[in-house]
Amino acid sequence: MAGVRDNALDRRDVVKTLLANRDRALVVAGLGAPAWDCAAAGDHPLNFYLWGAMGSAAMIGLGLALAQPERRVIVITGDGEMLMGLSSLATVAVQAPRNLVLVVLDNERYGETGMQATHTASGIDLAGMAQAAGFARVCTVRDAAQLSVAAALVREAPGPVMAVIKVSAAALPLVLPERDGALLKNRFHNALLG
Amino acid sequence: MAKRAGANGSGAAWAVAVHRVFRESAIRQVGYVPDAGLSRLITLCETDSEIRDVVLATEEEGVALMAGAWLGGQRGALLMQSSGIGNCINVLSMVSACAFPLMMLVTMRGEWGETNPWQVPMGQSAARHLELAGVIVYPVIRAEEVGETVAQAAQLVFSSSRAAAVLISQRVIGAKVFVGDEVKD
Repeated sequence: MAGVRDNALDRRDVVKTLLANRDRALVVAGLGAPAWDCAAAGDHPLNFYLWGAMGSAAMIGLGLALAQPERRVIVITGDGEMLMGLSSLATVAVQAPRNLVLVVLDNERYGETGMQATHTASGIDLAGMAQAAGFARVCTVRDAAQLSVAAALVREAPGPVMAVIKVSAAALPLVLPERDGALLKNRFHNALLG
Repeated sequence: MAKRAGANGSGAAWAVAVHRVFRESAIRQVGYVPDAGLSRLITLCETDSEIRDVVLATEEEGVALMAGAWLGGQRGALLMQSSGIGNCINVLSMVSACAFPLMMLVTMRGEWGETNPWQVPMGQSAARHLELAGVIVYPVIRAEEVGETVAQAAQLVFSSSRAAAVLISQRVIGAKVFVGDEVKD
C-alpha cells in the first residue's frame, strides 16, 4: 500500500546540491523527473538525458565508467527506473567500477504516469539491494544533514556507490531538456572527446 | 547435461577470426550473456587484456552498456543467443532514436536441428524482430564466412552509426543435444 506521508527533501534542491561543483563529472539522467531535475540544475553538454529506455540508466553509466575510468560518472535516476533495471546492480557490482555513482531520487511514485506507488513505497530497500550485491558504499538519505554526507560520497567515495535520496512527491514545473537523442549523444561525445 | 553437436562444436576457427576482427576494429568492451556456441569467443575476449569483458544478467543491459561505452569513446560488441533478442527490443528504441552504433553477434537457436521446442519461436522470429527494431541483419550459415561478415558489419556500424546483428546459424555452431536424449518413435 502506498505511503500516505511525504518525504521532506525537494528533488530540485537535491540535484542542485549534488551537481554543484560537478567538476569533470559525467552525468546520465534517467527518464522523467530526474531528467527534468538535471536540466533545472543547469544544462550541460556532459549531461546525457534519457527520454526512454527505462531501466537502462545504470548500465549506460557502467559502459561510460569503464570507458572513462578517470572521470566520475554520476547516474541520477528515479526509483521506478531503478526497479526496472535491478539486475544491473549485480552486473555493476561484479565490474566494481570505482568511478561510478548511482543516485536514486526516490519519491516512491511513478511520477510521469499518475503518481502510482512503486515498490519502494512498500518498503523495498534499493540501497540494501545494492549493498547485498556488493556496492562499495550505499546510503539512504532522508534529511538535509544526511544529504551533505551523501554529497561527499557522491563526489569522492570509491565506487560503486549508491545513494538513495528520499524526495518529496510534490509536483514541480517541467524543465524539459533537448529531446533529440542523436543531438544529445553527439553533443556529449564531442564535449568529452573533442 | 547438454552440449553442442556438430563439426564446429566449440567454434574454434571462426571464433579466432572474430576475435581478430575485434582487435582490428578496436573493440574495447564486450558484453555477453553466454551461449555454448560463443564459449570459445568469450574465452578469447576474457584473456585479451585490451578487451573488458562484461557478463550481463540480461541482454538488454548490454545494449545500454554499448551506448555508454560509445559515449565514453570506446567501441563495443554485444554477444548473445537468439533467445535474448526479445529482451533487447525496448532499449533498441534508444539506439535508433540516438543513432548509436551497435554491433551484435547472435548465435542462433530454434533454427537448425533444434531439440528444444521452447527455443523455436524466438529463433524463428529473431531476424524479423531485429529488422523491425531498426537493426541490419546479416545471417551467416558457413563458419568460414563469419569473420569477414563481422568485419564488414563492424565497418558499417562504426562508420555509419547504425545497429547491425550478425546471426550465426545453428548450422555453424551445431545443434544442442541433451545427453541421454534418445530417439523415441
